[in-house]
Amino acid sequence: MQQFPCPFCGPRPEDEFRYAGDAGRPRPGRDASDAEWAAYLYFGRNARGAARELWIHSYGCGRWIELSRDTVSHVVDGAKPMNP
Amino acid sequence: MQRYSTWRLIREALRAHSGWVPAWEDRDPEPRYEIVLVGGGGHGLATAYYLARNHGIRRVAVLERGWIGGGNTGRNTTIIRSNYFHPRSAALYDFSVRLYEGLARELNYNIMFSQRGMIEIAHSEADLETMSRAANSMRLSGVDITLIGREQALAMAPLLDPSPGCRWPVRGALMQRRAGTARHDAVAWGYARAAAALGVHIIQGCEVLGFDSVNGRAAAVETSRGRIEADRIGIAVAGNSSSLARATGFELPLHSYTLQAMVSEPVKPCLDCIVSSNTNGSYVSQSDKGELVMGGNLDRCPSYAQRGGFRVTQSVVAPLVEMFPAFGSLRLMRQWGGTVDASPDNSPIIGPAPVPGIYLNCGWGTGGFKAIPAGGTVFAHLLATGTHHPLSAPFDLGRFARGELIDEAHAGVAH
Ligand SMILES: Cc1cc2nc3c(=O)[nH]c(=O)nc-3n(C[C@H](O)[C@H](O)[C@H](O)COP(=O)(O)OP(=O)(O)OC[C@H]3O[C@@H](n4cnc5c(N)ncnc54)[C@H](O)[C@@H]3O)c2cc1C
Ligand SMILES: [Zn+2]
Repeated sequence: MQQFPCPFCGPRPEDEFRYAGDAGRPRPGRDASDAEWAAYLYFGRNARGAARELWIHSYGCGRWIELSRDTVSHVVDGAKPMNP
Repeated sequence: MQRYSTWRLIREALRAHSGWVPAWEDRDPEPRYEIVLVGGGGHGLATAYYLARNHGIRRVAVLERGWIGGGNTGRNTTIIRSNYFHPRSAALYDFSVRLYEGLARELNYNIMFSQRGMIEIAHSEADLETMSRAANSMRLSGVDITLIGREQALAMAPLLDPSPGCRWPVRGALMQRRAGTARHDAVAWGYARAAAALGVHIIQGCEVLGFDSVNGRAAAVETSRGRIEADRIGIAVAGNSSSLARATGFELPLHSYTLQAMVSEPVKPCLDCIVSSNTNGSYVSQSDKGELVMGGNLDRCPSYAQRGGFRVTQSVVAPLVEMFPAFGSLRLMRQWGGTVDASPDNSPIIGPAPVPGIYLNCGWGTGGFKAIPAGGTVFAHLLATGTHHPLSAPFDLGRFARGELIDEAHAGVAH
């Protein structure tokens, strides 16, 4: 099984983590248009290759982290605490 | 086109099968077509066929980067059904099932469509209640759905564990009699052969890398085999849709995930319907070769790897073995994955792209094989006329900004 590096707990089996969406997508302001809301809610990057993703270490420390993961090779080459 | 018939078969048998000719011609690209379709899966090929047959447009090319049917169409578990919750989905998928019913004759190609029926098992009182709600909605849409009792479900799949105290007790089932399976390659090949016979060019080993615009309108595709001009371009590349959209400068509400399937070693006929469980996320049918074909939910995070992880393999096989104890003695023979284009509401996206001249057919996710004849029909209509077919209008890309999602959560298990 693949090991994911939790910035809080160190390397842990991937099964302990849950995927939670694309990272780096700021929530739009209150005056955002329908199109801006739709872009935020639905239109993800769906990167082929290098991606930044949010994961939750659900069966570990329970904290949200940001992983740099390649969506073709599945190699994880970085992890940091999530910045809201 | 060389027509296939019993007479032809006998004739060829008598002369050592020396007279068969290739089903379609593998073409080199020409510099210009009226319509270029990107992606030689079921949807691209069916669209090409219906463009030629329904609309008389024959200057059409299908560009496939690998070989036709080598994407999800050739990797899927071939469940064909129309038990969808929302009337707009039921209309689209039921139209597709009806087209499948006449397809072998229409294409003169045996697609081995076998309407063996499907039962989705209710394991609890709560399951039964959810199912009766779903059944009512589907019946209002005219889909042949029946809620059946425990005895009838067990009679349809006698190898199900009948004991009330087992892990997945059978309380009843949602049955669609007209559901079934077909031969996936045959659907791709049958459409390819019929389209080629009408003048469509099928071009394999030709990857589309980007698009060229003139005055803000897409006018050509850049491919690994050169530039090809087109009046209109249709994209039907499933899990690769976001990459092509990005090459043109727009984004799509899709995530690409691995969906996997697996087969057991072949055994004698022991299961003559499709059995699925939304509760434990698995389904099984038996192929004509005798293998048990199994599938379940998406892998756990976005991926373009085209291979599934062991965790999901196990989560599919374990409950099936609990439901069918006899299957526990079989070996798993093969396991594979395809990259599917999951949309936020489990419904497809059909309509014009934000860039004029480009049209989209994507977002079928885990369940677009059943929709190939309908997808081809409505996409051909869109490309030929520039306007939606009534069945595809609700599935336009604009539904996301309008908040008019068609949430097929009931599509449940991925097939
Ligand atoms: C394991 C699995 C099980 C499934 N089970 C079922 C089921 O039981 N029932 C059901 O209804 N559906 C099922 N599906 C879903 C179904 O397979 C798909 O929705 C359907 O096949 C999509 O057809 P398509 O023609 O859109 O895509 P595909 O068949 O994937 O075809 C797209 C083609 O585009 C080509 N392509 C991609 N990029 C380019 C490019 N840049 N240039 C040129 N060509 C390109 C690819 O090589 C590919 O051949 C399953 C899918 C999988 C993976
Ligand atoms: Zn942790």
